[in-house]
Amino acid sequence: MKITINGETKEFREQLTVQQLLQRLKLQSDQVVVEINRTILPPAVHHDTELKSGDIIELVQFVGGG
Amino acid sequence: MDHLIIAGRKFNSRLLVGTGKFSSNQAMVTAMENSACEIVTVALRRVDIDNPEDSLLSHINLDRYLLLPNTSGARDAEEAVRLARLARAAGCEPWVKLEVTPDPYYLLPDPIETLKAAEILVKEGFIVLPYMPADPVLARHLEEVGTATVMPLGAPIGTNRGLRTRDHIAIIIEQANVPVIVDAGLGAPSHAAEAMEMGADAVLVNTALADTTDPALMAQAFRKGVEAGREAYLAGLGGQRLQAEASSPLTGFLRND
Repeated sequence: MKITINGETKEFREQLTVQQLLQRLKLQSDQVVVEINRTILPPAVHHDTELKSGDIIELVQFVGGG
Repeated sequence: MDHLIIAGRKFNSRLLVGTGKFSSNQAMVTAMENSACEIVTVALRRVDIDNPEDSLLSHINLDRYLLLPNTSGARDAEEAVRLARLARAAGCEPWVKLEVTPDPYYLLPDPIETLKAAEILVKEGFIVLPYMPADPVLARHLEEVGTATVMPLGAPIGTNRGLRTRDHIAIIIEQANVPVIVDAGLGAPSHAAEAMEMGADAVLVNTALADTTDPALMAQAFRKGVEAGREAYLAGLGGQRLQAEASSPLTGFLRND
């Protein structure tokens, strides 16, 4: 399964939910906002949202800014 | 008590602080504390998935500070709206500093795209604080579509050049029915004081604090500058004249002519 995360294409062998992807990347779901194919995914559905090959994912967080 | 009121919410401080460019999170937190600010801006960016950093939010006491996410990096209305929605999805209150800056050299705000985005975001229930060119006509349009403030620039972002747009900001202040927050370009406490003396409701600074050898001390200096300017505005500045007007009595001199 090929997924594009923040502009980089990554290959995964097994099926993953969004929650599993965040765990694998060592990200906490309350500190990251997930967008899949331009749609924002609320944290409550991270655990039962399966990723599909070709998904384009953005993972964003707050940083310092003016 | 003299409060700043934005969208019905009361603030004691008239200084808003940006969180960018500080040398460390500790320097940022100390500057925020010393500034006595109650509103802090943050930006939204991609996580570096190969090297995730700890969350900025773990350093900001959200009981004390209202988080004002900006849409920096947006080049048009569509990108700004997307960023605002992502920020709200992060669990923030629906406040947004709308920023649309297509030109990377001067980072000047795009008036047309800013107005477009403002209209969409207001309809979606956001409390919109738009960063804008110091254009009084645009300020009216933004107010008409329902923005909570207008935020004209003093000078381009990060330039520390002060109130280069002074005359237009004066017109905006005269005409506005929403708070006027002078944002961008203020580099010294005297610049902040000058904006406040003119009747600006608040100012926003970031580079001026972050990019100094002692941000904590500079934050304190800006707090005083803003307070001094506000008090002077409330007291009413004396009129200017060309000819001298003596402060000491013009009688009882020690001479006989």
